[in-house]
Amino acid sequence: MNALYSDDEMMTVAAARMLRNGAVCFVGIGLPSTAANLARLTQAPDVVLIYESGPIGAKPPVLPLSIGDGNLAETADTVVSTPEIFRYWLQGGRIDVGFLGAAQLDRFANINTTVVGSYTKPKVRLPGAGGAPEITSSAKEVLIILKHSKRALVDKVDFVTSVGFLTGGDARQKLGLPGKGPAAVITNLCILRPNPRSQELEVVSTHPGVDRTTIAESTGWDIRFSEECGETEAPRVTELDVLRELKARTAAAHGMVADEA
Amino acid sequence: MAEWLTLAEAIAAHVRDGDSVALEGFTHLIPFAAGHEIIRQGRRNLSLVRMTPDLIYDQLIGAGCAGKLTFSWGGNPGVGSLHRFRDAVENGWPGPLELEERSHSDLANAYVAGAANLPFAVLRGYTGSDFAKVNDRIRSITCPFTGEVLAATSSVRPDVSVIHAQKADWKGNVLLWGILGVQKEAVLAAKRSIVTVEERVRSLDAPPNACILPSWVVTAVCEVPRGATPSYAHGYYERDNVFYRAWDQISRNRERFTAWVEKRIRNTQSFAEYLMLQSDANGRAVCP
Repeated sequence: MNALYSDDEMMTVAAARMLRNGAVCFVGIGLPSTAANLARLTQAPDVVLIYESGPIGAKPPVLPLSIGDGNLAETADTVVSTPEIFRYWLQGGRIDVGFLGAAQLDRFANINTTVVGSYTKPKVRLPGAGGAPEITSSAKEVLIILKHSKRALVDKVDFVTSVGFLTGGDARQKLGLPGKGPAAVITNLCILRPNPRSQELEVVSTHPGVDRTTIAESTGWDIRFSEECGETEAPRVTELDVLRELKARTAAAHGMVADEA
Repeated sequence: MAEWLTLAEAIAAHVRDGDSVALEGFTHLIPFAAGHEIIRQGRRNLSLVRMTPDLIYDQLIGAGCAGKLTFSWGGNPGVGSLHRFRDAVENGWPGPLELEERSHSDLANAYVAGAANLPFAVLRGYTGSDFAKVNDRIRSITCPFTGEVLAATSSVRPDVSVIHAQKADWKGNVLLWGILGVQKEAVLAAKRSIVTVEERVRSLDAPPNACILPSWVVTAVCEVPRGATPSYAHGYYERDNVFYRAWDQISRNRERFTAWVEKRIRNTQSFAEYLMLQSDANGRAVCP
């Protein structure tokens, strides 16, 4: 690992680069929101950020701590009600990219944010779905960002909260969903994409300094590396500067230390 | 016509043991004062409904007011878990909590259906997920025109909905702005409603198309300044992020939580007294 930047920064920068300028993006709170706002402040100034609480075209000066912070409303092109966000804007087919996090993600990119263990007697009760089930089905494509670990990237999720490719192959296609599903998964170690035939997630790019053994040992299934697997470009100075300034502004605004932001 | 009441009077008159109760507010305008008063008055076995049961429902659940929770995302936003909610689900403390779990899109649609006096909502949702296996209120319906199979979910019709808003005029017409969430739908879907407001004004002076709930769809309206603290009221005060983070520690164990509820809620007379205990001389939150 390069000492000039952290693996978290590499993850956020790699995720931000995936967002093309002008895309309409439905943003989850936390890591997705950080990456989406970094994209807005770097290569995608015209990205349209939509948060499920109602702001459309939000341009928050600091990262929101919660999905409905006041700075989202104040900087948005318009603020609509929550039913309207889901009915007209998401289900209406107006979202290019759904940008999500996940507590658990499996080899076919199904997301679990509901329970670890059984539903009726859970080992860990997670927060639940939020807007994700309809985002993964209705957004034209989905990006997922999460930290790489065996507990997070599992062979099979305990509960399918939000569908990826189900059991792989043409299983998702058969469901007839409007959206194409997960296009990429960005972690602090690598970038994964679904194999075009099997839809199983495979590594398409390793972050600088990360070896394949580390990735394999941090993944809950026998992970494959694509034939074209390359190396992710390290964060550029400008990307790091903007990200660090954003985090420092956020920490100052929320009264916390920069690492928490 | 809405009746102007004190918050204590409104909760006493309109929230009963066993009622289904929705306290709504999406990050913004969360009716914390009303939630506290429900705890203070010792309501039991409530069937709580809320899209995002954050701290306010963690308090109600931990204080033993809830028998059931209908929800779509239960966490401390930007901080982590709701420890009282998790303790109830994982360990049945202080009592068992029945869950009815849905997605945001579903619950938002279900409030719209309730407000529209329909028995169920239709949405393109849940396809491929495991939700229908654990919630029999999530079913499907075939479109009579296209044959498409869509999710059909029962509408939400609370006995009483409670929201917080910025202003009401002397007649009880209510004005809210900023992030609106599902508050309007929650009020219109409910049999009764209580609205707490930042201030009572002579006239709302609102432009056409503003989000207004006419007095005659509201049961009771109460003036409770800072009544959404520690969430925020657009144009009045900011979100108290320090408290949201402090809650992680307060709520982490049962004894500390119970002591907090005793001291800050049960042993105070009103939300104003709670705010005094909870703030320093500059009105900023202090961590207990």
